[in-house]
Order: sequence, then structure tokens, then C-alpha cells
Amino acid sequence: MNAVLTWLFGRLPIGWLQLSHSRTRLFAAVAGVAFANLLVFMQLGIMGALNSSTVAPYSLLNADIILSSQEGNTLTDSGNIARAYMFQALGVPGVAAGTPLYIGNLPLSVADGSSISLLSFGLDVTQTGFVAASIAPEMGRLAIENAVLLDKDTRGMPADALASLATGGRFTFEANGKTLNAVGSMAVGGGFLADGMMVTSDQSFLRFFPSRNSGAPDQILLRVADGIAPDVVVERLRAVLPPENVKVQTVAKARAADLAFMATERPTGIIFGFGVFMGILVGLVIVYQVLSTDVADHLREYATFKAMGYDQPFFLGIVFEEALILAVLGFVPGLIVSIGLYTALNAVTGLPVAMVASRAVLVFVGTLVACSASGAIATRRLAAADPADLF
Amino acid sequence: MADNQITHPIKVQGLNHFFGTGEARKQAIWDLNLTIKRGSLTILMGPSGSGKTTVLTLMGCLRNVQEGRVGLLGHELHGASEAQLVQLRRRLGFIFQAHNLHESLTATQNVLMALQVHGRGNAAKQQVAARHILGLLGLADRADYLPQNLSGGQKQRVAIARALVSNPEVIFADEPTAALDKESGRVVVEMLKKLGQARGTTTVMVTHDNRIMDLADRIITLEEGRVVQDTAP
Repeated sequence: MNAVLTWLFGRLPIGWLQLSHSRTRLFAAVAGVAFANLLVFMQLGIMGALNSSTVAPYSLLNADIILSSQEGNTLTDSGNIARAYMFQALGVPGVAAGTPLYIGNLPLSVADGSSISLLSFGLDVTQTGFVAASIAPEMGRLAIENAVLLDKDTRGMPADALASLATGGRFTFEANGKTLNAVGSMAVGGGFLADGMMVTSDQSFLRFFPSRNSGAPDQILLRVADGIAPDVVVERLRAVLPPENVKVQTVAKARAADLAFMATERPTGIIFGFGVFMGILVGLVIVYQVLSTDVADHLREYATFKAMGYDQPFFLGIVFEEALILAVLGFVPGLIVSIGLYTALNAVTGLPVAMVASRAVLVFVGTLVACSASGAIATRRLAAADPADLF
Repeated sequence: MADNQITHPIKVQGLNHFFGTGEARKQAIWDLNLTIKRGSLTILMGPSGSGKTTVLTLMGCLRNVQEGRVGLLGHELHGASEAQLVQLRRRLGFIFQAHNLHESLTATQNVLMALQVHGRGNAAKQQVAARHILGLLGLADRADYLPQNLSGGQKQRVAIARALVSNPEVIFADEPTAALDKESGRVVVEMLKKLGQARGTTTVMVTHDNRIMDLADRIITLEEGRVVQDTAP
């Protein structure tokens, strides 16, 4: 370590020598940075899971453009839109096909007496082009009355029964006074929105939700003709459809808008954002404490170096050297423990919490920046190193 | 170099210095005039509070000159910029009463700090130079010890090695022999004297150590910020 740092700085690695000389302080500082990293990672991990579960339902769909009610917030938290707009849209050049999408939350009681809710999609089973390739072959089976596809990770349902669906198993359950037949499974991933997901035909959907009617779906999915950019068609649709009622977006834009809505307008997103902020603050304070104490403890030595002809950049260099060493040494254990906790959290809650490389890089860069900022504040104490006091 | 031709590296003219401000302002140095010859060993004496340490820090670029002129190695210190002072300090050697070694650095590393201030040099040569000077001070077998594992006298000798290793042109010392026994104290001062004769290194030393007075070229006694005696033994 010494040789590498000496070569790197072109001088003795004073910062490292100082830090490693007082082991207790080094350990406390590294633990502090690791803890701050852990806090930030956990918040970001849960926020990531929230984001994943926000957009997870999109993975079942295969459309280019989505028409929604202006009142709606997100895909699954939407107002109703008149089906008539679909027929109007089909008349716009470039629109190849359209289908209504009915969305509802179906509450039901499970065997242990607790109640769960299923986020339910109702779709025209003949329009297999509008669903993801993974469930398109299953759509035919939904033509049977009350047949549904269930998310294999649905909470509260017997796990072995869910697992048997993939191998041809069938089971029935009751909800809203109807008997539902689970005829197949799909992988969406559990989330914050509901305990599980269900896809069924539009006809069955309207039976499960008697208050809904076929003329007022939640979303209208459109596909554009080959060779036309969806953005161009979006503009044409906006010219035709009344903007006060209908929101026209490409699916990619709708996804991004949903994420932004959940991050900034729903309390969950704000809470986790605040958690990240707190984590960074904890790290800043700990590193600042350690560095400024370290500077204060070495004022005599620094004053001696000043008398020897060392200038201010040299002392700043020492403090930043220490800050960067703490950032690196703290990040590694923070990352390892976070990965462990992600795995545990995923096992316990089924939330899609996982470490992604971009998040690790982001947090590492953030740690470097935060430690440098703490170092920069701590350098103010250097002014107290006055060589005239040495005599 | 022109500086090597300087016959009097230290020239003090009409130096006044004050501490405190307003009502509490107190004059510590009164119209001091002093010229010190190159290669000489000068001892500053005087009771505590006589201003000898203040004079030392003023001449050593560690305190800003308020009134009067202080010429050091051909440069005027009154009004000099911080950058100029930093450059000048690199040509000086300081030996403090306390050793002021860096506790996290070994004896050799402490000495190396005095060489590295001149920039990225040849690391191997710097190592040789540092170990050589530690050897001259009888610390060859302690070169890789941390200060906490050295005795008071050994630490003081490391500090002296650090001050001497980069061949400074002027050495300022404050009670350098206080932590040393009679013999090693004498060895150190003899070394400073020899450096003066061989290389023209000028030494200004504050001391009360009677055991080394006979080695001085000049003894200046200060009282209440004024020179009261100036002798050449």
C-alpha cells in the first residue's frame, strides 16, 4: 500500500500513514462510511424496487402508443377513457391496430383468511399482438369463461399450486362472488402495487367487475403501421383527439412519466429520496468529524511542515488523500453488506430488490464526492497551523 | 549562484515588533540592528520574554515583519508574499526545542520530508541521504523506528537530522541541546560549527546551555527586546 501510494503521489503518503497509525480512528471512519453507504444502498434498492414494480405491468404489453384519460396518473392508476376514441384513432393514418385495456384491482380472501388484491388486466384474447410474447400463446385459453393467468409470485396464494400452473396444473379460487379458474402462470414480479397480477379476457373482466362497462376501458393500446415512427403518429393523434380528454403518449414516454410520477408525487418516492439524503448527510458528518479531528491532532506536525517550506496545496493534498482512502475503504464493505441485505430482503418480501452495476457506480462516485466535500470543509482547520507557535 | 556570494545572509535594520492590538499592544522588539556573517555560529541569549525567540521567528520567515527591515539571503522579508516566504523557508533548517516529529512516520520518513519539499526527486538517492545523516547522528540502527519507540534524545537527533539533510543555508535552532546529554549536545553543536566552516552554513541558536558557549563565534544577549551585550568569545 505504501509503495503504491508513494508512487501515486510522488511523496510519502502522509494521509495514509496518519490514518493507519491510529487504527481505532481508521476503523470508526471506515465503519461510518460503510454505514452511510449501506443506508443509501438500501434506500436506492427499495426505490429501485418501487420503480420496477411501477413499470412491471408494462412488460405484459406490446404496444407503440397508449391513449389515456387526462385524469389518470399512471398506467394502473388511471381514469376511464371512452372506447369511441379508439375508433377515431383507427381512422388516423399510420395507426394499424388498437385494443382497449381494462384494469382493476380484484380483492379476494385467501385460505388463511387474509385478503389480498390482484391487479387485473382485461384484454381481447384475439388481439395476441398486443401482449408480450411470453403470454401471447396462453391468450387462447382465456377465451373460456372466467379463465385467468396468474403471476407466479402472487403473495398469499399456495406456492405449490402456483408452481403447478406452469406444468399444466389447474386450480380455482373465488373472488367477488365469482369462481375463477387459474389456467396458466406468468412472471411479473411482486411489487408495491398489489399482491399479484392477473390477466383475463375482457369478457371475464367485465364479469368480475360488474360496475365496469365495455365502452369505458382504462387505457387504449395502439400499434403503428410498419415504417412509421410512433412519434409522428402521436402528433397526428394529438391533432385529432380532444386534448382536454385524451392523453396521447408513446409507451416509452408513458413508462418514464409513470416513474417520474411515483418518484416525485407519491409519498413513497419522496420518503426514499429523503432516506438517501439522510444517508449522505450521515456519511458527510462522520467523515468531516474524523478528518477535522485528524487535522486538529496534527497541527504541530503541519506547522513544522510549514516551517520546512511546504505550502497550502500540500496540506490540502493530505486531507483529500485521507478523504479518498476513507471513501474507497468504506465503500467496499458497504457494497458487500448491501448485496447481502438485498438478497435477504428479496427472499423475505419478494420485492424485486437487486444490486445493479449502475447503482453501485453511482453510489461510489457519490461517496468520493461526499468524502471530498467533507475533506474540503475539514481543511479550514489547517489555518490554525502556525509555525510561529512552535517556538 | 549569487546567493552563495552573500557575506552576510542576515541583515536586520531598525526592527520593531509588537504583540496585541489597541490598549494591549505591547512592543517586544525595540529598534534592533543585527548583521550576521556567513558560516558563523551565533548564540542568542537572554531571560525569558527578552524577545530572542521572536527575533528568531522573524528572521526565519515564520512571522511577518511589521516595522523595519530584515534581509535574509539577499531577500527583504518586510512585505514579502507568502509564496516568497515559502520558497525562502525551503533554504532554511529549523531545530525546535520540542522535536515535532510526525508520530506516524519513521525516523527516515521524517527526514525524507525535508528532502521531498524540494519536489519529486530521485527516491533512492533521497533514502541514501536520509540514512547517511541519521548515521552521522548515531541513529543508523534506529532509522526505521517510529518516534514513539525512540528516547527523547534520539527523537531530538532525528529532528536535527531533518533540519540538516537538505544542506540549508541558514539554520535556526531553539534550545536544540535541551533534550540531549552533555556529550551528544556537544557533538551536535560541533557538527553545526563544522558545517559553517566547510559549507558556509550560518547558524543562529537560542540557548542557555553553558556547556556549548565556547563553540560560539558570537554571543548576543537580549533584554526586553534590545541588544545589551554582543561578544565574540
